[in-house]
Amino acid sequence: MATRHAGERTGGNAGAGTGRRRGRVRGPRARRARIAPVALAALPAAFIGVFFLYPLVGVLVRSFDAGVLLATWRNPVTTDVLWFTTWQALASTGLCLVAALPTAAVLARLRFRGRRLVHALLVVPFVLPTVVVAAAFLSLMDRFGLADRFHHTVWAILAAHVFFNYAIIARSVAAYWSQLDPAPEQAAAVLGASPLRVFGAVTLPRLAPAVGAVTAIVFLFNFTSFGVILILGGPRRATLDTEIWRFAVQRLEFDTAAALALLQLLCVLLLVVGATLWQRRRQVAERLRTDTARRVRGAADRVLLAGTLGVASAVVGLPLAMLVERSLRSGGTYTLENYRRLGESSERLQALFVSPLAAIRHSLEFAATATVIATIGGLLVAVAVSGRRKRGAAALEGAFLMPLGTSAVILGFGMLLVLDSPPLDLRLSWWLVPIAHALIGMPFVIRSVTPALAAVSPRLREAAATLGARPARVKREVDLPLALRGLAVGAGFAFAVSLGEFGATAFVVRPERPTVPIAIFRLLGRPGEAAFGQAMAMSVILLVMAAAAVLLIDRLRPAGAADF
Amino acid sequence: MRRACPSRRFFVFLRSLTVVLLVIVGCGEDAGSPAAAEPTVEPPPTQEPAPEPSPPPPPESAPEPPPEPLPPPEPAPEPGEITVVTHDSFAVSVGIIESFEESTGITVNLLTGEDTGSMLSQVILTKDNPIADVVYGIDNTFLQRALDEDLFIPYRSPATESVPAELQLDPQDRVTPIDYGDVCVNYWIDATDGPPPETLEDLADPRHAGSFVTQNPETSSPGLAFLLATVAAFGVDGWEDYWTGLRAGGVSVTAGWSEAYFGEFVAGGGDRALVTSYATSPVAEVLFADPPTDSPPTGVLTDGCFRQIEFAGILAGTSNLAGAQAFVDFMLSDTFQEDIPLNMFVFPASGTAQVPEVFATHAVAVPEPLSLDPALIATERDNWTRRWVEIVLR
Repeated sequence: MATRHAGERTGGNAGAGTGRRRGRVRGPRARRARIAPVALAALPAAFIGVFFLYPLVGVLVRSFDAGVLLATWRNPVTTDVLWFTTWQALASTGLCLVAALPTAAVLARLRFRGRRLVHALLVVPFVLPTVVVAAAFLSLMDRFGLADRFHHTVWAILAAHVFFNYAIIARSVAAYWSQLDPAPEQAAAVLGASPLRVFGAVTLPRLAPAVGAVTAIVFLFNFTSFGVILILGGPRRATLDTEIWRFAVQRLEFDTAAALALLQLLCVLLLVVGATLWQRRRQVAERLRTDTARRVRGAADRVLLAGTLGVASAVVGLPLAMLVERSLRSGGTYTLENYRRLGESSERLQALFVSPLAAIRHSLEFAATATVIATIGGLLVAVAVSGRRKRGAAALEGAFLMPLGTSAVILGFGMLLVLDSPPLDLRLSWWLVPIAHALIGMPFVIRSVTPALAAVSPRLREAAATLGARPARVKREVDLPLALRGLAVGAGFAFAVSLGEFGATAFVVRPERPTVPIAIFRLLGRPGEAAFGQAMAMSVILLVMAAAAVLLIDRLRPAGAADF
Repeated sequence: MRRACPSRRFFVFLRSLTVVLLVIVGCGEDAGSPAAAEPTVEPPPTQEPAPEPSPPPPPESAPEPPPEPLPPPEPAPEPGEITVVTHDSFAVSVGIIESFEESTGITVNLLTGEDTGSMLSQVILTKDNPIADVVYGIDNTFLQRALDEDLFIPYRSPATESVPAELQLDPQDRVTPIDYGDVCVNYWIDATDGPPPETLEDLADPRHAGSFVTQNPETSSPGLAFLLATVAAFGVDGWEDYWTGLRAGGVSVTAGWSEAYFGEFVAGGGDRALVTSYATSPVAEVLFADPPTDSPPTGVLTDGCFRQIEFAGILAGTSNLAGAQAFVDFMLSDTFQEDIPLNMFVFPASGTAQVPEVFATHAVAVPEPLSLDPALIATERDNWTRRWVEIVLR
C-alpha cells in the first residue's frame, strides 16, 4: 500500500473543507486501507439486502413447495419455455450488439454537431410503455404492408428488443470507447493492418470489458422480457417471466410461480457469475482520456456518420415518428387537440386519477429520488469493487445485477409481504416506488462506471501516491474524474428506468399518485378515440421528459474534465 | 495543481446533479401545493412519510360536530383511517371519497394492484397481516377462490336490501355486491361484412369469425368472461366445438383488452370489425368521441354476454372494523353508486341509484346475460383455459 508518503501534509491547494475531511479520518492506515472499500459498499449492500434479498427470500419461502417444484421443473412445458426464453434473449442480444456497436463507434470517435442530442435521443425508447411501442410498430409495419406477416411473430419480439435496448449498448460502450487512447489503433494502421483487422485485433479486445458489462444487462432485460412477449409475441409464446406472472396473478398458484421464479433466479445467477468473471479476466489497464473524439473530416467520415445515423433513425427514429404522428391526429386531421385536452385536465381525467401535470410531477419526483439513490449507491459499489481482484468483489458486483433478472411480480409481492411491520412498514409508503426503481437503476450506474475505474492504469495511481496523495485522495482525484462520463451515462439510465418503469410501480403505487406510464395505461384502459389520442400525446410527453432529463444530466458533466 | 481541477469538477458534478434532482423534487411539491387548493385529482395527501412536512391540515384536525349519524343501528364509527385495496380500473369523481371522509372523519387510503387477479393475489399473500381493511373489485370469476381463502369478516350492510337478489351470490354475506356489467362482443357498425351478427352462432360464420378479435382467457378478464359465456351457452360438452369453429373461421387472440380494442379492432386503426368488450363500451365511445358525437360508432351483440359482478369485502384482521363497515355502507350509498357508471362503465348494484342519462341511453341492456356458478368456475376454470389453449392456440 502506498501510504507511506501520505504523512500529514495538507495539499497546498486543498481548501478548509478538504482539511476537515482529512482530520476526521483516524486509525492505523494499513487497516483503514483494507477496510475502506468494504465500508464503502456496506451501505449499498445493506440496501440490496433489505429491499431485494429479504423480500425475495420471504416470498419464495412463503410459497415454496418441494413437490410442486419438482413437478414444475420436470414438466416438458417448462423446458420449452426455458428454451424459448433463452434463445430469444440470446438472439435479441446478438442483434442489439450488431446494430449498436457501429453507432457506439461513431459516437465515440467522431465529434459532430448534435452529438449530445443523438446521445440523449437514443435513450428515449427505453421509457416507453410496451403497449405504446407495439402500437407504433404495428402502424409502421402497416405502412409497408407487412403488419400481418410481422404481428405475433418472433421477429416482432426481436425487433422490439433491439428497439428498447439498442441505447444501452450504444451509449455505454461509446462512453468507454471515447476514453480509450487511439494510439494503439493508429500504430496498427501504420503497420499495415486493414481497418477491419484493426477493429478485430485491437479495438474489440480493448472494448471487451465495457461490452461485456452492458451485454449482461441487455441479456437480462431480454431474458426477463414481459410486455413485449405478451403483446407483440402473441398468446402462443411465453417466457419464464410471463409464466411466473400468469401463475401468480391469474391462476393464483403461488407454489408453481415460486418454482418458476427459482428456476429463473438460478439461470440469472449462473449468467451473472459467468459474465462477471469473464469481464474481470478481460480487464486490462488503459491510458484513459476524457474524450478522444475528433472532428468529422473527409468523405469517409461523412459516409460513416450518415450511415450510422441512418441505422439509428431506422431502429429508433421511425417507430418514434409514428408515435408522434399519431399523437397529432385527432378527428381525422392533424392538430394539437390531444395535447390541449390533456392540458385542461377534465373532470373525467381526474376521476381516473390522471391529471397529466400531477402524473408528470410524480414521475419526476420518483425518478429524481431513485436516481440519487442509484447514483450514490452505484458509485460506492463501483469504487469498492474496482481494483480488487478478489472473488468477493466479483460476487458483490454481480449481486447488484440480480434485480434486473428477477420477475417484477415476485419482487413486488415480496416487498408487500415482508416490509409490513415497523421499522420497515413501507407498504403504503411513498418510498417504496423510488426504492424499487433504484434497485433497477443501480446496476446501470455500476456497469457504466466500473470498466473505466478498472482500466485506470496502476501507474497513474502510483504516481499520485508518490506525489503524496493518500489512497482516498488517489481515488478522488485520479479515478473519479475518469469515471464521470460513465457516471453520467449510468445516472441518465437510472433516471430513464424510473421514468418508464411500469411493472413494479403499478404494483406498489397509490392510485392518487400515478406516474406517467400508469396514466397512459389508465387512458388505454377504456374505449374511445379521444382516450387513445391522449394516451399517445402522454407518451410523447414522456419521451420528451426522458430526452430532456438525459441531456440535462449529461450537461452537468463538465466537458474535458481531465486528461491523463 | 492540475490534479485538483478534476476533483473539484467531480464534486461540482455530483453536487449539481443532486441539487438539480432535489430542485425537481422540490418544484414538484411546490407545484403541488397550490394545485391542492384548487379542485384536484388528489385527495389531500394523508399519512405520508414522504417529503412534505407541512401538508394541508388533515381533515381530523378540524373536528366537525359529531359525524352525521349513518345507519342508526350501527355504532357511530370511530374516526381513524382505513385502507381500501382495489384494481386499476377503479375511478371515482373528485369529492366522492372526500364526502365520506368529511361525514365520518375517517381518512381513506387507496391502493391499487394491476388487474383483479393481481389485486387478489396481493390480498391472499398478505392475509396474515392484511394490507388493507376493505377489498373492492373481486368479481364472480375469482369469487370462489377468495372465499376459499377465508379472507373476509361477514358483514351485511343495511343498504344490501336495495340490491337485487340475483347479484347477492354469497348467502353468508362475506362479500357485498357493488356493481355489475356484461362482457359482450362489440362491432364497429360500418365495418362488419354485411349485417352484424345477432347470435353466437352467427359470430362463428367465417364472414364474422375472420374479423373477430378476442383475448386470451389465461391473461385477460374479458377474455375469460367470454370463454365462460360460451361454456354457459353451449354447455360443458359443446363449447369446445364452438371454439374449433371460431378458430377455423380465423379468430384472432391478444393478451389483453387494450391490444385487442386499440390494436386490432377498427377503433385504434386495426382492421377487425368485432371485438370482445363490454355492453357499456358504446357509452365510452360517445363520451370520449373525437369529434364529439351523439351516436356511438359501435354496437353490441347482446347474445352470449357474460355477467360480471364485482364485490367488496372486509378483510379479516382489519384494525378498524367500524370504519370498514362504514365504507361498505358508503359504497352502496347513492352518492357512490351514482358515480360508478360514468367512471367505471358498469351498472350500480343498488336498485335505488339513478343512472346518468347518457349512460342509460347508450349502455346496451342485455336481456338474458349468462352466468355460471362461482364454485363451478373455481374448479373447472384451469381445465377450461387449458383446453381452450389447445383448441385455439396450438
